[in-house]
Amino acid sequence: MSLKGKAAAIGIGELKPFKTPGREIALELMARVAAEAVADAGLEKGDIDGFFTCVPFSDPGWLYPASAAEFLGLHPRMLNIVDTGGAAPAGMFWRAAAAIDAGLCNAVLCVIADLNREPEHRLSPFSVQREFEAPYGNIGPNCSYAMIAQRHMFEYGTRPEHLAKIAVDQRTNALKNPLALFNDRPLTIEDVLSSRLIVDPLHLYDIVSPCAGGAAFVVASRDIARRAKHPPVWLLGAGEHCHHSSITYAPSITSSPVQAAAQTAFGQAGVTHQEIDFVSLYDCYTITVLVSIEDAGFCKKGQGGPFVMEHSLTYEGDFPCNTHGGQLSFGQPGLAGGMSHVTEAIRQLMGRGGERQVKDAALGFVNCNGGVMSEQTSLILERKS
Amino acid sequence: MSATEYAKPLPKPSPMSEPFWEAARRHELWLQRCADCGQFVFYPRPQCPNCWSAKLEWKQASGRGRIYSYTVVRRATHRAFTEPYVLAIVELEEGARMTTNIEATPEQVRVGMPVSVFFDDVTPDRTLVKFKPA
Repeated sequence: MSLKGKAAAIGIGELKPFKTPGREIALELMARVAAEAVADAGLEKGDIDGFFTCVPFSDPGWLYPASAAEFLGLHPRMLNIVDTGGAAPAGMFWRAAAAIDAGLCNAVLCVIADLNREPEHRLSPFSVQREFEAPYGNIGPNCSYAMIAQRHMFEYGTRPEHLAKIAVDQRTNALKNPLALFNDRPLTIEDVLSSRLIVDPLHLYDIVSPCAGGAAFVVASRDIARRAKHPPVWLLGAGEHCHHSSITYAPSITSSPVQAAAQTAFGQAGVTHQEIDFVSLYDCYTITVLVSIEDAGFCKKGQGGPFVMEHSLTYEGDFPCNTHGGQLSFGQPGLAGGMSHVTEAIRQLMGRGGERQVKDAALGFVNCNGGVMSEQTSLILERKS
Repeated sequence: MSATEYAKPLPKPSPMSEPFWEAARRHELWLQRCADCGQFVFYPRPQCPNCWSAKLEWKQASGRGRIYSYTVVRRATHRAFTEPYVLAIVELEEGARMTTNIEATPEQVRVGMPVSVFFDDVTPDRTLVKFKPA
């Protein structure tokens, strides 16, 4: 079975991330981007018959899809959460296409919003990380990504300036994105390397900045897509893979499940790496991008460092990557962080990239990452000429 | 040792993991080993994640290993931790990996460095498994 050409993204909605939430709740942000995406698709609320969301970090609760659908006034025939962390936006895209292909629904709203605010109640399930890692001070993802970077440097000779180059090129992209949180001044490799060391070898500018925000997109059947306002962005291939939750128990911490996810997506799409016009790679940290470039097969394993030095990752470069600035410059609105990689790919393929439009963009590769290189979902998206 | 209360997160063992933490209190490192496929298993589970055999036996480990990777935490995400500290994944001689702390200066620590276990009695009834350069 293949999802190739079975469904397309036809509308997007996205908030400019912001640093200081007031008293709003995630559902308020969700309502704004949901309405924006459905209008952008040229549809009415009543046309939406499928619904995917995520339970925001800031508002943990049970039975969330029904609460959110009720809040929005939706009456879906198919609803669920996609609980794969940062990989969820790409995960929603192919699940929406699969549900459409199965005849369950015709227009699926995929939406995530979150705030950088501690929840009043924390869920406390049985947690291996809490028992075996938190007591030693491994709390939150910083340390684990730092250990990936450290091991990558040991195995392959990767250097801090290689990681810095990723943040620098992505900032160049952000300067052309009015929605980006950090779009007021360029960065240099020296800026990154002289920023404060947080967890060796990662500096402040190697790490995303938490903020509030949200985004949405609509995936629709072929019939609806043909009547859409904007050029439909077709799903050509998708792949997903996971082999660990904590990197402590991963077979390797420098080779990720992106390898299997990307291989499946490319196989399904039937396109080559050379045909890809731009990539949109989840970037909670600079090392995430480096490992994803290698594991998705854009360069030889271990050669990510030299690759990013030899190529320009800007929107006008020879390897456009995260043309919205990536989360490093766009901001990471909690669990909604991965959304911007999907919305930006859709925007580019619709030809709505504005000043940062990649010339003649027709094929894009997206990878979204959950946890610590844990859940991986790759997509290949196409604008048909 | 100050009389102040221990403020860092503590493990809350489950019936599955109790033997591991009880061994740590005796200053011993014990791991599960699968009687069918021979693989050492960490963290404790009811069945082998490799072959799904339920024949897991507790074995005492050598306490020797190497640093698989590490980071020097200069900005902690929990206020009870004093910076800088060394967080690491240690690969034990038996093949299993565990997250731990290395008692060493940041300048000493290297990937691949041989380390040996020691036991840190952080509270009267809880002992953490840590490592230092061998």
